[in-house]
Amino acid sequence: MFDHGQPSYEDVNKDVLASMLETGPRYWMLLGTTVSVAGICFFMPWFYQLFVGVGAAGMNRNAVWGTYLSNFIFWIGLSHSGTLLSAVLHITNSHWRKSIYRSAEAMTLFSLMTAAMFVMVHVGRVWFVHWSFPIPNQMGLWPNFRSPLMFDVMAITTYLTASSIFIYMGSVPDFAAVRDASTGIRRRLYTIFCFGWRGTAREWHTLGWAYTFFAVFVIPLAVSVHSIVSWDFALSIVPGLHHTIFAPYFVCGAIYSGTAGIVTVMYCLRKFLHFEKYIGQVHLDNLGKLLIALSLIWSYINILELFSSWYGGSSFELEALKFRLTGFYAPLYWEMILFCAFVPLLMLFKKFRLSWNKMLVISILINIGMLTERFIIVATSQPRKFLPDAFGFYLPSWVEISITVGSFGMFATLFLIFIKWVPAISIYEVKETLKPLRRDA
Amino acid sequence: MSTFVEKLKAYRKPGYYDEFEYHWTMTIDLDRCTGCEACVVACQAENNLPIVGEKRYARNREIKWIRIERYWEGDYPDVKMGFIPMLCQQCDDAPCETACPVFATYHNQDGLNTQVYNRCIGTRTCAVYCPYEVRYFNWFTYTWDEPLEQQLNPDVSVREKGVMEKCTFCIQRIRIAKDNAKDDDRRRLRDGEVVPACVQSCPTEAMVFGDSNDAAAKVSKMMKNPRGYAVLEELNTTPSIVYLQKAHAEA
Repeated sequence: MFDHGQPSYEDVNKDVLASMLETGPRYWMLLGTTVSVAGICFFMPWFYQLFVGVGAAGMNRNAVWGTYLSNFIFWIGLSHSGTLLSAVLHITNSHWRKSIYRSAEAMTLFSLMTAAMFVMVHVGRVWFVHWSFPIPNQMGLWPNFRSPLMFDVMAITTYLTASSIFIYMGSVPDFAAVRDASTGIRRRLYTIFCFGWRGTAREWHTLGWAYTFFAVFVIPLAVSVHSIVSWDFALSIVPGLHHTIFAPYFVCGAIYSGTAGIVTVMYCLRKFLHFEKYIGQVHLDNLGKLLIALSLIWSYINILELFSSWYGGSSFELEALKFRLTGFYAPLYWEMILFCAFVPLLMLFKKFRLSWNKMLVISILINIGMLTERFIIVATSQPRKFLPDAFGFYLPSWVEISITVGSFGMFATLFLIFIKWVPAISIYEVKETLKPLRRDA
Repeated sequence: MSTFVEKLKAYRKPGYYDEFEYHWTMTIDLDRCTGCEACVVACQAENNLPIVGEKRYARNREIKWIRIERYWEGDYPDVKMGFIPMLCQQCDDAPCETACPVFATYHNQDGLNTQVYNRCIGTRTCAVYCPYEVRYFNWFTYTWDEPLEQQLNPDVSVREKGVMEKCTFCIQRIRIAKDNAKDDDRRRLRDGEVVPACVQSCPTEAMVFGDSNDAAAKVSKMMKNPRGYAVLEELNTTPSIVYLQKAHAEA
């Protein structure tokens, strides 16, 4: 479990709290960079777009959906592994989860927020976006419950709420640890955050019970969210999107890219917050195995999708298939196949699974592949539907590319703020995995 | 079990109406269509469609509620060209209607697929779901230079950026005609009392418009023509526009 020998209880507290309480100039520089990336690349082009209209983006009459929507799916997908994986591993009693789950859940939360921002960027009149919520109003107008977008609003808000409660609940004993280790205003603040946690047996019992309850509650929720996102596409009759396989396809792809995202985040935490003691090769090994399994499922579903398009024999489907495999965006398609189906096979070798640098490269490649997968879904099917005269073409504009880049800055900013407010590793649960010291003394 | 199925079928009536008050229908005779695009211009004038300009046209952002699609048959020396005027098919089972999260598009009592500009938030899902690609999005707020704003039709609203729009079968004319009929103490409109701008302008009278609930209407007779078909019929959208196939000499 631990690469560098077992730490003592005191070490755990000290190491983890140090990441919160001691802030060096490197952190501020990094935060400054991510804030300016988010501001310059995301918010400024967005305000420009608000001012002139969505026409600032590259979308047109035939391709009314573009990069904004593909990025929305990507970020929702990235959010999938954190809470889901944490919950699944919790109820299956996998102890190795304990030092990585907090930051994985934070990833869920922040990528969901980033995804929600993309909805705002995407719609034509964002100032009326609250109309998609069932808010009572004097006109008696209700949202359309037949609409998959309506399902989306429901699913994502539910998932965001549940994930927030889940991560908060798991952090309560750690907030108490922060309270005990700090003074002044921070102490008072964390007294409120931890609800006056004292660590009595009754409190531990209630927490354990409530946490398991929530873990069970969150799993079907996570599966439903990306299924519903896939229905935005699958419930249309657009050739290339109208597939029943889409819900499992999206869920699998989401967990896949999310798990790869966890590997990337783990690497950064280990490197910059000096968690070498707690995040070790056992995590890398297990995540690697998970990634192989997911990549194989992903490849299988991809083959199945192509097969059912071909086997269906509808001329529209065949045309969509042909464009996807050999059209303008074919290089992107084959890049996706390379990065998501073949590169992960390297992890079959233990040498790759146990090397941090190699795993970092593989995990980033997987997420590049997944980003292009979503782009291909949006850009190749929907501009070329049925009537050949109305076939169109989609190319992102600089506004869309800049906002895409900026979204990563926004995600990083939120994450950097998070690690200074919440212990990035669960202190109390890492202690649970330590062997009792007294016995061999 | 059977009562359940019946109830479900009753519930699934298109647009939740048992019966449409009128069922506005159009037939387009492709044998008569010369592709002159008079309908396109008439529609542009009637419905306050913006002129987007050369640059935006080149980027495929024009707004034409009715467009003439051109199709070519055969190879170079022996080429035949066919036209299909393509406008909103006012489908009874419209894919776009289920898509809108805020009910900006719905079916009205006349069997029309209507678009409420004020309610639209611009998710553009309806345009993706539409197999005929006849929904047009306002990528920008378009303006009319003086004195062109004088030509705007006061009966039709001017749309702002971020709103979806499409053919309405000139609903403003239908509303006015209904009001006039009420003033004359008539319960129903007469056949031919109201026509959309495109039908009115067609020099070859390729388009016929009317209420298909009225068996005596001209459009009901045209619909019975054996040449009639619906575009993309296999998608089960039950369009309200019947096209009359081009007759081939050899057939």
